[in-house]
Amino acid sequence: MLFLADFSVIKPDFGLLFWTTVIFLLFWWMMSKFAFGPIGQALKEREGRIDEALKSADRAREEMSNLKAKNEELLIEAREERAKMLRQAKEMQEEIIAEARTKAQAEYTKRVESALTEIENRRMEMLIDVKNQSGKMALSIAEKVIQRELSSNADHESFVDQLVKDIKLS
Amino acid sequence: MSQFKNLIILSLIGLSFFLGNAAFAQGHDHNHAGHDHSHAGHDHSSHAGHDHSAHAHDAGHGGCGAKHDKEFFNPGGTAFHHISDANVYSIGPVNIPLPCILYAPESGVDVFLSSKFHIGHHGTGHSAYKGYVLDEGRVKRVDDQSFPKTAVPVSILHEKEMVDGKKKSVAYACYQDKKFKLAAPSTADGGVFGGGITSFYDFSITKNVMSMFLVFAFLAWLFIGIAKKYRNNPGEAPSGLQGLMEPVFLFIQDEVAKPFLGDKYEKFNPLLMCLFFFILGLNLFGQIPFFGGSNVTGNLAFTAVLAIIVFIVTNINGNKHYWEHILWMPGVPAWVKTILTPVEILGMFIKPLTLMLRLFANITAGHMVMVIFVGLIFLFGQGQTAPSMGTAVGSTLLTIFMMAIELLVAFIQAFVFTILTASYIGAAIEDHGHAAEHH
Repeated sequence: MLFLADFSVIKPDFGLLFWTTVIFLLFWWMMSKFAFGPIGQALKEREGRIDEALKSADRAREEMSNLKAKNEELLIEAREERAKMLRQAKEMQEEIIAEARTKAQAEYTKRVESALTEIENRRMEMLIDVKNQSGKMALSIAEKVIQRELSSNADHESFVDQLVKDIKLS
Repeated sequence: MSQFKNLIILSLIGLSFFLGNAAFAQGHDHNHAGHDHSHAGHDHSSHAGHDHSAHAHDAGHGGCGAKHDKEFFNPGGTAFHHISDANVYSIGPVNIPLPCILYAPESGVDVFLSSKFHIGHHGTGHSAYKGYVLDEGRVKRVDDQSFPKTAVPVSILHEKEMVDGKKKSVAYACYQDKKFKLAAPSTADGGVFGGGITSFYDFSITKNVMSMFLVFAFLAWLFIGIAKKYRNNPGEAPSGLQGLMEPVFLFIQDEVAKPFLGDKYEKFNPLLMCLFFFILGLNLFGQIPFFGGSNVTGNLAFTAVLAIIVFIVTNINGNKHYWEHILWMPGVPAWVKTILTPVEILGMFIKPLTLMLRLFANITAGHMVMVIFVGLIFLFGQGQTAPSMGTAVGSTLLTIFMMAIELLVAFIQAFVFTILTASYIGAAIEDHGHAAEHH
């Protein structure tokens, strides 16, 4: 144990105890206030910010995907709408055409009918006229015949022919 | 990822125990070796010394004119000298004087630079000043009223004497062929380790205190600058020194503070950071080659102060649950409590005690191993060239290897001190509900 006497590091010196206490407490106070405290705070804040950024990115991504889905939905809807519209248009077109056709048909029939009626009417009118005329003619002929006593049959016939020739079919 | 992290931490802890034990064991071995060698050396030197002193006795009759001109190399003593604190900062042949602040009840407070001692080889002063001398770097007081209080030339003499039935080395100052006994500074070990209260107290800015100031200044510069950077560029990616230190900071915060302290980590984060970086800084500072090699973290006074601070912080913050567990453990029979309570109270003190001893032993062992490896050159060389050169090759390789290990030990011991502190505080502030699940 001869050298234990010189093993001075194991003998706590009052001076070193005092200075270590002073220096470490000062170090602790100073570093808490100006270095480790602020650094820890800054790191915590940064961590929070990164966390927030990640979360918001997630949110944005979700929103984006939502938006995309919505867009797709809208697109599908629009497409359907278009198809529907087209179909409707086609239907309408067909309807219109059909309607037009029926209308035209009806018109045509009507016209034909009216034309026929007209023709019939005219014909009837003409017939009536003819009847009237022929009646008048017969009457006048009969008048003339009665007025001029004809000698022979032949004379009668030529006379009637003469009369008939005179009638101008108006 | 977290598994990987856990693996790293586990292996770190495992390594620390292994290396810690290895370093300690090695220290022990070398200590032993040193002892053996020094014994051998001592026998040698005492033989020679006896001759010498006999000679001196013959010549000076109680005087001390004849100095030990030729000293045999003493590896143990050399190692102890190199790891101890000093009132002079020696870098190679340059002796930087440090301020001495001395208090003796008899003569009051004296403040002066240690250059007044005219520092010579191995930090031994050639002059006495105001009744103080410098012996191998340490200020000692001449415990004699008749000694002149002015600046006088002295020489220092070490003699082996029987004190209280033990052989001890006693230091004397020689002035005008007269021996004056020297008193070492008062120490707080109460005589357990060979110190005790003497005639004066040394509150000097010693080499260790100076080292603490330097490391303090460096760390303050480093981290306050980094904090400024965080403040000026909030939210930006770290760069430069900030980027270098941030992973270390986050490692301590996320792997030490948070797991042990939970939500309350922020309150103790600065203390853990201070402990880690101060210990690490001083560990590494002491390992800078040719820069004094100050052994601050390997000094019991330093580790004792840190351990006491941890003890105070732990017990001040201890909650009701913590005290209940120490004083009256719930859920065990009364007779077990009577055994448990003393054990728990002992444990309260043993925890910081182990903190103190672990760091001290590891760093001191590392420093000593280094000195002893280099010392082997002188021991085996015996002043001759060929064996010296031969040993130098082996010693250099061994020293390089040890320095690499010591670099690792510097980190591991700082880490272990911090993580154990966190676990002690964590146990003291643990929530009741959470703890109840454990028991």
